[in-house]
Amino acid sequence: MIELRDVSVRYGSTVAVEGIDLDLPTGKIYGLLGRNGSGKTSLLSALASFRRPSSGTIRVDGRDAFENPAVMRQTCFIRDTLDTNESDKVHALLRFAGWMRPSWDADYAAKLLDLFEINPRKRASSLSRGQKSAVGVVLGLAARAPLTILDETYLGMDAVARAAFYRELLDDYLAHPRTIIMSTHLIEEVADLFERVIIIDRGRLLLHEETDELRGRGVTVTGPAAAVDQFVAGHTVLGEQSLGGVRAVTLDWRPDPAEVARGESAGLTFGPVGVQDMFIHLTGATR
Amino acid sequence: MAFDDRSPIYLQIADGIKNDVLSGALKEDEQVMSTNQYAAFYRINPATAAKGFAQLVDEGVLYKKRGIGMFVSPDAREKLRRERRERFFTEVVDPMLAEAKRIGIEVDEIVRHLGGAR
Repeated sequence: MIELRDVSVRYGSTVAVEGIDLDLPTGKIYGLLGRNGSGKTSLLSALASFRRPSSGTIRVDGRDAFENPAVMRQTCFIRDTLDTNESDKVHALLRFAGWMRPSWDADYAAKLLDLFEINPRKRASSLSRGQKSAVGVVLGLAARAPLTILDETYLGMDAVARAAFYRELLDDYLAHPRTIIMSTHLIEEVADLFERVIIIDRGRLLLHEETDELRGRGVTVTGPAAAVDQFVAGHTVLGEQSLGGVRAVTLDWRPDPAEVARGESAGLTFGPVGVQDMFIHLTGATR
Repeated sequence: MAFDDRSPIYLQIADGIKNDVLSGALKEDEQVMSTNQYAAFYRINPATAAKGFAQLVDEGVLYKKRGIGMFVSPDAREKLRRERRERFFTEVVDPMLAEAKRIGIEVDEIVRHLGGAR
């Protein structure tokens, strides 16, 4: 279990993360979602013990994580910089990772490099943004760390490379279950892989639940304005738009089949609200 | 099967397997995929797949053999047919009649059309 208690991260007078409490059972894939500047990277840095929280505690399997060698050996945090000297060559990066991590799988790393078509003799500085991200994926997956944290490890990768990343992530997780926490803005294409999602907004925890609960949690009701208004009365409205006499309202509510039938007989139509739409409504509504 | 955003994936998994049982694509006492195989095949989280299978065990559509896997219950097809039959008129026929009314098709016309399907 990873336990965060009242965790805050501040930079001078800027508050990046504020009072976050989270219990994260191990062995699951988590998606961390949040808008730009919502505090994702600060939270992940604290989770990975790259940064001591300004206040609060983080415990991994009951142990204080910060500067704890036993916990750090089990933690792999991949961020966009790759935390390397730009003049290092890719094969040196991998060799170094192998020294650091008892669980490193060199054969798997080589297979992934091949998959992403990266020449190990290239210097980090000569890699494109997408190739750099792919090296991050290689470092993150081949480490097989019990706690693997991937912070937007897809920047610059094209659709084919991202699809390969997601495929490898799932297959390797199935073969070697571990805790994986990844932040992303590309919610739609990866949400099916997340067992749970964590949404933060302006440094605060907005939601932590099963991804599948979020899917189908909301509904869009469209029809004649008066009928829509009557039907949605009493439910939480996440968004609405009108065009002429037609109104479309997105609700934080899941009507049962009988209610849908009642609505349809009143001339209403019902549409789904996906994980990404739900995220947009939940984090965009208050701005 | 492809999943959509209309409902939780675990319910869609359960519905998909029920359809396979009803159609006979999955036979009684036949072993179904493991949750890991299912997750790998459909590119979803294995916990989501497991929840779909657990739902089917709860409903008696599947049964578990410890250490071996999950199988289609001997009476699953008959039971699902009974359930679907009960819902057929409210979920299939009534909406059709409502649509017919909206666009001005008389019930007699529908009956004539159905007569041709006999």
